[in-house]
Amino acid sequence: MESETLGVPRVSHGSALAFCFLMLVVATLAGIAFGSRTLNFVSAMQGLSPDHEILVELRVPRTLLALWTGGSLALAGVLFQALLRNALATPYTLGVSGGASLGAVLAIVFGWTAFAGLSAVSLAACIGAGAVLILNVVLASNRGRLSSLSLLLAGITINSICGAAILFLSSLVGLLKSFAVTRWLMGGIDAPDYSTLIWLTAVLAPVCAVVFRYSREWNLLSVGETWAAARGVSTSKMLLVGCLAGSILTGAVTALTGPIAFVGLIVPHALRMWLGADHRILIPCSFLLGAAFVALCDVFSRTILAPVEIPVGVITSLLGGPFFIWMLSSRRGGVS
Amino acid sequence: MKCLFEIREAGVRYGSADVLSNASLKLYESEFVAIAGPNGAGKSTLLSLIAGLAKPTFGQCLFEGHPAHGWNRREFARRVAVVLQTEPTAFPFTVSDVVAMGRLPHATGLYENGKDTVAIAEALCAVEMERFRHRDFRTLSSGEKQRVLLAAALAQEPQVLLLDEPSSHLDLEHQLSLHRRLRELSGKGLLVVSVTHDLNLAAAYAERIVLLKEGTIRADGPPSEVLSADLLEAVFHVHVKVHQRASGQPWMLYGE
Repeated sequence: MESETLGVPRVSHGSALAFCFLMLVVATLAGIAFGSRTLNFVSAMQGLSPDHEILVELRVPRTLLALWTGGSLALAGVLFQALLRNALATPYTLGVSGGASLGAVLAIVFGWTAFAGLSAVSLAACIGAGAVLILNVVLASNRGRLSSLSLLLAGITINSICGAAILFLSSLVGLLKSFAVTRWLMGGIDAPDYSTLIWLTAVLAPVCAVVFRYSREWNLLSVGETWAAARGVSTSKMLLVGCLAGSILTGAVTALTGPIAFVGLIVPHALRMWLGADHRILIPCSFLLGAAFVALCDVFSRTILAPVEIPVGVITSLLGGPFFIWMLSSRRGGVS
Repeated sequence: MKCLFEIREAGVRYGSADVLSNASLKLYESEFVAIAGPNGAGKSTLLSLIAGLAKPTFGQCLFEGHPAHGWNRREFARRVAVVLQTEPTAFPFTVSDVVAMGRLPHATGLYENGKDTVAIAEALCAVEMERFRHRDFRTLSSGEKQRVLLAAALAQEPQVLLLDEPSSHLDLEHQLSLHRRLRELSGKGLLVVSVTHDLNLAAAYAERIVLLKEGTIRADGPPSEVLSADLLEAVFHVHVKVHQRASGQPWMLYGE
């Protein structure tokens, strides 16, 4: 009967996971196959230059970074939306991207290039993200207890302070550095070293596992803190775990790519409309679909105006925005 | 009968206002206790004290000998279920998702096991909401939501059931069936504590009424003792005429 299924269409968890995984595979293959230059796979496999180098040193690591970026941002989005009980929360709501950006901009403005073999910009972005995270938790805790409202207020405030500091810094420097700042803030994916990818995986994989492990707790917290506390969830502890996990996911990828808008908002939202709000399915599907989405956007960013690259953050919004509007308007009263 | 809760001279202060003061109360298993009183009398505060959700500013609230507020939340939730007023949710949880959340204190893994599934189905059946299990919780009426929240508490399989105005949105039939069910549950050994504004329902079904006014307990006893015209007029400032049913319980008419 229609009245009994109103609002939540039923899709089996297995088929949803299979679909999202398929999207991931398609996006990965597309990311490796397409680029500004047509790749000859036969000569790449035979180790012939330059196809071999393009495949191994550019396409594959770049696609892997795009996958991690999309997956992490979508996952952080889902998590912050649950913790803040607000479908409009994004990975950047708690100020982590503001901190990362400020760190990166400082590195650009002061011309730091490398530190101990690592990119100074990424390193400074990591430090900025970490500093903001600590500041946020300290500001938001009241006698050792966290509440989502105070996290939200602290995050929004820190974000706008960082934004103002970035504008101030870029107004002081010359045109060239100012352009580098703007370019960083647009978000873009470059092929990283494999050692960077290994580090990224070592940091992000356990965090993703922790986030998935507590899916049932996120379900309860997304209804309410009292609701969760009355059903045995240590709300303050779980808010801290969620805040740390989401900030690490966001901070680590933002340090490498700059802020990439919209993934953390649109992917969880689309999945919630399709699958309902149970985080046990929402979390794995968000990761897979977010990864696929950014990897595909990255393919477009390389190919649309090749050899000119459009920043991937621009593509996610330009493609994602209209798609999202179409999705909302194709469901009557679906904005929820 | 085993004493579950012992509240000793407990008080709660928010800012400079004492919303509850000097409350002493013992609650036993197999009891059906109604908490009544005017708005702002401290009923919900007393309930959150018992639920371990609020910390007493003065005195103590002990559950099985240990402060309710200091219990391990999960251990406590296996024993005590709370139904507060309707929970708004921003997300499209289904009715069975909401009821399944009541199983978290018993969870052994990420997914429900056979025992959980049975408890969820039985709880939905008990509130006559099994037909709605795939419905988006947000699309239900207030009364239906209340029944689903009760189901979530029943799925918790608690020894103690605490309810804050559980029948405020229910139609007559469901008000009666809810109270019949609460009495059945207390007959099976549960302690049921319900905050209510409906003195007639409390008189007909509860065995004990705790009457609060301005943060203090004014009376505590069986309905026939507590529900006297003089006391009710003093507490609620309305004229009350108390009649008696054939079964002996009082029933009341109110007027200016």
